[in-house]
Amino acid sequence: MAVHVQEYLRLDKMPHIWCPGCGTGIVDGALVRAIGNLGYNRDNVMVITGIGCSARSNAILDFNTFQTTHGRALSFATGFKLARPEMKVIVITGDGDGSGIGGNHLIHTARRNIDITTILINNSIYGMTGGQYSPLTPTGSFATTAPYGTVEDTFDVCKLVEAAGATYVARSTAYHVTLLEQLITSALEHKGFSFVEAITQCPIGYGRRNKMKTPTEMLKWQKDHAVNIKAASRLSEEQLEGKFLIGEFVVKNKAEYTEKYNKLKEEAKKEGDFNGKI
Amino acid sequence: MSKFNFIINKKWCKTCKICVDFCPKNVLFLDENNKVEVRNIDDCTGCMMCEYRCPDYAIKVEVNE
Amino acid sequence: MGKKQVKLMQGNEACAEAAIVAGARFFAGYPITPATEIAETLAKLLPQNGGTFIQMEDEIASMAAVIGASIGGVKSMTATSGPGFTLKQENLGYAAMIEIPCVIVNVQRGGPSTGLPTLPAQMDVMQARWGTHGDHPIVVLSPSTVYEFYILTIKAFNFAEMLRTPVIILSDAIVGHLREKVVLPDPSEIEIVNRKKTDVSPEKFLPFKADEDGVPPFANYGEGYRYHMTSNNHDESGAPATNNHKVADALLRRLHNKVEKRRSEIIITDEIMMDDAEVAVFAYGCTARSAFSAVEITREQGIKLGLIKTQTLWPFPYEAIKKYANQVKAIIVPEMNMGQLVGEVERVACKDTKVTPLNKFDGRMITPEEIISTVKEVI
Repeated sequence: MAVHVQEYLRLDKMPHIWCPGCGTGIVDGALVRAIGNLGYNRDNVMVITGIGCSARSNAILDFNTFQTTHGRALSFATGFKLARPEMKVIVITGDGDGSGIGGNHLIHTARRNIDITTILINNSIYGMTGGQYSPLTPTGSFATTAPYGTVEDTFDVCKLVEAAGATYVARSTAYHVTLLEQLITSALEHKGFSFVEAITQCPIGYGRRNKMKTPTEMLKWQKDHAVNIKAASRLSEEQLEGKFLIGEFVVKNKAEYTEKYNKLKEEAKKEGDFNGKI
Repeated sequence: MSKFNFIINKKWCKTCKICVDFCPKNVLFLDENNKVEVRNIDDCTGCMMCEYRCPDYAIKVEVNE
Repeated sequence: MGKKQVKLMQGNEACAEAAIVAGARFFAGYPITPATEIAETLAKLLPQNGGTFIQMEDEIASMAAVIGASIGGVKSMTATSGPGFTLKQENLGYAAMIEIPCVIVNVQRGGPSTGLPTLPAQMDVMQARWGTHGDHPIVVLSPSTVYEFYILTIKAFNFAEMLRTPVIILSDAIVGHLREKVVLPDPSEIEIVNRKKTDVSPEKFLPFKADEDGVPPFANYGEGYRYHMTSNNHDESGAPATNNHKVADALLRRLHNKVEKRRSEIIITDEIMMDDAEVAVFAYGCTARSAFSAVEITREQGIKLGLIKTQTLWPFPYEAIKKYANQVKAIIVPEMNMGQLVGEVERVACKDTKVTPLNKFDGRMITPEEIISTVKEVI
């Protein structure tokens, strides 16, 4: 049985609030199909978000959901996961929410290798507030707060979480939606901190200020600039100039945080119970 | 009869045209309100890209049994 | 009759042990003086009792993790001091808005900013009330002894669970670091309150539909209740209602009323030697210790000084002030700040009596002698 997103929506909350052509819905669709195809019991799935366009994802998804403060979804998720390790915890964040205001939490949640799947929807802009430049807005791009083009450099958020200790790291785009679903499936099945960056389009906040007038032009940009990591080794540096990689970057096994802490609890209990225990 | 059945939710469609522009078989078009419309259903190969890339969940493609 | 325990305890340790007794099984925090002993003690005790301790990357993440764990159904707390308390404010407001119980201990030190990291103060009284943005409800308790720190920690969890709201304990570097003898009640005789759970089916459940007491029953995620929560203004279903004035009005009123309705249960004040008092001291926290001594000393001198000591700062105990405003010549309000709660005393008493602040903010306690000399000035 094919999985259709419509079966996993809170229908009374539809249509959603995103702009025409927004990529967020495409990424969420891939996530929902991944969950559906894995056959997870939706009562056992928790989706946590922060603030921004990405954060509006979980209001329409028929799972256990809550929206938190800006950038802090991973910290809330850490607390929740430690309280309820049996539940599948997923965080949906954005480039501003996840790599800007929440950057520190991204580093440390990856470092702990706690079993949380993070989908970072990178649309290159702060969309909800109307198109201000984010840490991942390409240098030279225009934004409402970069009327002369941003002079700031960006960074590779996949490399950041890899360096921090994430044990599953991958990237795809809204255009490469089938690959995206595959990567999210692998991320969900991975034990430990898993991270998928989804490059998407913000036609209203980013595209129309940066010579990409339609959602289609933006998806074509994704198609033309993404290089699968499997093909990248055959390409020269010149051929890779201006391109970005998609595919699976890191897959490794390492002890997971809640399991390690549970072992610690067993050891601590042997030391004797606290006499104030009720 | 086509092998596929399209369920289009025009109330949810936000007229972004992604489905039309990336349909490899030109199955989809825009109606007078710029909402998605199925015209050449017999050409559909069931690649599902329109459903998967629809940001608005306005397209559902079912395989007829 | 249960077995009482006699112990020599430090204030911060008492808080940590009381948290275990109250049923707390999650702590997230970040090292900061003079609160760190609470984290250190719980790092040891929590795993022994099946709970979880985590040191987060910063104060903000700690507050977030505490709320996340409480959303998961586990009683949760954090402890911090001045600068850390400031950093926690945004998420504290989040907890107030989505009605998640949790306990935040602030072992106060001198400020502003990093100020006097190892020295006591009572400078965060107004921040505890108004620190997070938006007109939120809050409950704030303040102990003056190690025993009170123990009991108030348990009460803080009980109030938080009862009201589904964050509760703040404002301790200070004196009470936090003080070691004194305590006689603790038998844990089996201590009342423990747990948040009420919904009895409606998942299909009919509305996460923010309150009972008559203004508190919505809680449903554990993972048990078929697939609801949504957001700190945006929201309706009973939890859905954002950011342009609905009627919903906004009703929600904020309910959040405040659920606390106001329980004033008599939450407000803990002691009236000491007040029956015949001609002058009153109104005090809380470590300053109440000096005030108590001042009463003992002046009574021996024949001066009729009484003490209104409060362990609940917010909601403010206006009733206790009002009760004595006509009786006494003056109410002296010693505080280790430039005058914070004195304003609340003036609000109710200024028509009827003289309200005299006594302030010290150099990192030293207000002494009984300083209070006594102020008493002698006003009589």
